[in-house]
Amino acid sequence: MSPPRTLAPPRVLILGYGNPGRQDDGLGPAVSMQIAALSWPNVTAYENYQLNIEDAADVAEHDVVWFVDAARVGPTPFTIEALAPAATLEFTSHLVRPQAILAMAHHYYGATPEAFLLGIRGYEFEFIEELTPAATDNLEQAVEMLEDWLRICQHTVAS
Amino acid sequence: MMAMSDIQVPLGQPRKIVIDPVTRVEGHGKVTIRLNEAGEVEQARFHIVEFRGFERFIQGRMYWEVPVIVQRLCGICPVSHHLCAAKAMDVVAGVDQITPSAEKMRRLMHYGQVLQSNAVNFFHLASPDLLLGFEAPVAERNVIGVIEAFPEVGKWAILIRKFGQQVIEATGGRRIHPRLCIPGGVNQNLSIDRRDALRAEVDQIIQFCCAALELHKSFVQSHESLHAHFASFPSNYMSLVGPNGAMDLYNGTLRAIDPAGVPIFEGVRPDAYRDYLIEEVRSWSYMKFPHIRSLGREAGWYRVGPLAQINCCAFIDTPIAEAARKDFMAQGGDGLVHATLAYHWARVISMIHCAEIIKQLLFDDDLQGTDLVVTGDRRPEGVAVIEAPRGTLLHHYQVDDNDQVTMANLIVSTTNNNEAMNRSVTKVAIDDLSGHEITEGLLNHIEVAIRAYDPCLSCATHALGDMPLVVTLEDADGAVIATRVKE
Repeated sequence: MSPPRTLAPPRVLILGYGNPGRQDDGLGPAVSMQIAALSWPNVTAYENYQLNIEDAADVAEHDVVWFVDAARVGPTPFTIEALAPAATLEFTSHLVRPQAILAMAHHYYGATPEAFLLGIRGYEFEFIEELTPAATDNLEQAVEMLEDWLRICQHTVAS
Repeated sequence: MMAMSDIQVPLGQPRKIVIDPVTRVEGHGKVTIRLNEAGEVEQARFHIVEFRGFERFIQGRMYWEVPVIVQRLCGICPVSHHLCAAKAMDVVAGVDQITPSAEKMRRLMHYGQVLQSNAVNFFHLASPDLLLGFEAPVAERNVIGVIEAFPEVGKWAILIRKFGQQVIEATGGRRIHPRLCIPGGVNQNLSIDRRDALRAEVDQIIQFCCAALELHKSFVQSHESLHAHFASFPSNYMSLVGPNGAMDLYNGTLRAIDPAGVPIFEGVRPDAYRDYLIEEVRSWSYMKFPHIRSLGREAGWYRVGPLAQINCCAFIDTPIAEAARKDFMAQGGDGLVHATLAYHWARVISMIHCAEIIKQLLFDDDLQGTDLVVTGDRRPEGVAVIEAPRGTLLHHYQVDDNDQVTMANLIVSTTNNNEAMNRSVTKVAIDDLSGHEITEGLLNHIEVAIRAYDPCLSCATHALGDMPLVVTLEDADGAVIATRVKE
């Protein structure tokens, strides 16, 4: 998770996914929106309901990719997992995993960005358009971590 | 990773095999196969959880918000819900006919959506099974394996999908969460720049779709028996059709036909759906089982989707797709095509049709028209039907005097195919599992059958922490014999 050592500023993609209409499932999109609002150079942040295969094109154009999703189980406030490309075949097109996106980015575009899965712990997933207080706390800590990481990236390049 | 062959199956006692890919908050499905004491398939069911809660979620919303809100139903086909809700809210807004520019903008968006969604299904879900073989190793049986074996396919997959997304972005203002429709019309026309950019690519997209069709036909020719019989059975079919029975994915009336192609009903307006369809609830499934009222629950089930769209229509009003339809229908002799794997063939024909329609629209000056919205006298109720990528989609709303939704009823494509999916699973189980070793390849046949329908898993919500695949064995009393997780 160390910032990549590159001469040029790394191009970073924050891809948060989930459904803001399902309470804490909106954690991923919330991260993307908060990071996008910072308008940092070389940082792209967008959100969607779920991953889609065309995300591979965006992934391929970045040096580092953070997939951000809500986690129904696991430790608080969040977990970070390094990801590697892995092609999969599901039984429905309604399921695309981040590892499969990375595999497509590699095979379609020859790109292998460094990739992480940030899983922020959520608690409630009902049809309510609001994060729970506990998930909001986890969100704040996750965004703070990402901001620190991005700041170090910029500092490392500047120095 | 667990191998399916690792499963311990005690012989000589009733047992139930459960395939349970729990991957989303409520979007999980599982397959249950109950075997009898002789090891023969006794019963097979495909369980899927539906978004009942979402219908309640819509209640209380202002009716003009609904076309945007319903996009949260599905991360794969939000455009279909957006358009269907908009059509229903046209009715609520007192508008029976939107302007030509508005309708053509909506059609352009819709056909772009169906094109790209069908492309995802065909290239990413179907082609690994079809081109690499059902029994190919799991590690290789995926779209990357297809691309390595058929490099051109990857190019087609990317560019067709990308083109469809560009159509959605051009009509809806953005690729993700597009917003085109408002009750009574649309909020923008198509810019000349965007039109010209799409015009420059559309012929190539048609060529790619045609190439995909030829590739698929080569599979059929080399696997005739498999294609004809795998998970297959005669059934009723239902879809929208346009004037004179033409294929129409955006607007029209409902037509249902029996296995011989004889109409059960036709010319049915969407708002009369409850006179012709019943939504039955069964204790073992969260999902409703719609069936044709006049035929009853045992005989009234039907199939929707690309196969139904082609079986139900009298013709396709674009030349390349029509020629492909005639070639396709020749499989059935003088009757219909009932092969479940033919869903994929029909899906590619639909892709060609969509690309042809998109081309026609791109050369229609109405798309640059400025008369975009019509108003009318408010009504308390609206019903609309659209042919989404996976089949007939119905939205029904009631709205009170405060403009708030008081009732929402949605029948999505996957619900319409509920009974058919169960029957396909049962057919595969009977044909392929009974009396055989329970291998990963054999169990994969179940998934192959389900992929033909590409069920919507009550979309748009997901979270880490769920197990991707759980296999459970239970005895006749429901006691678990063994459970293994496939990561």
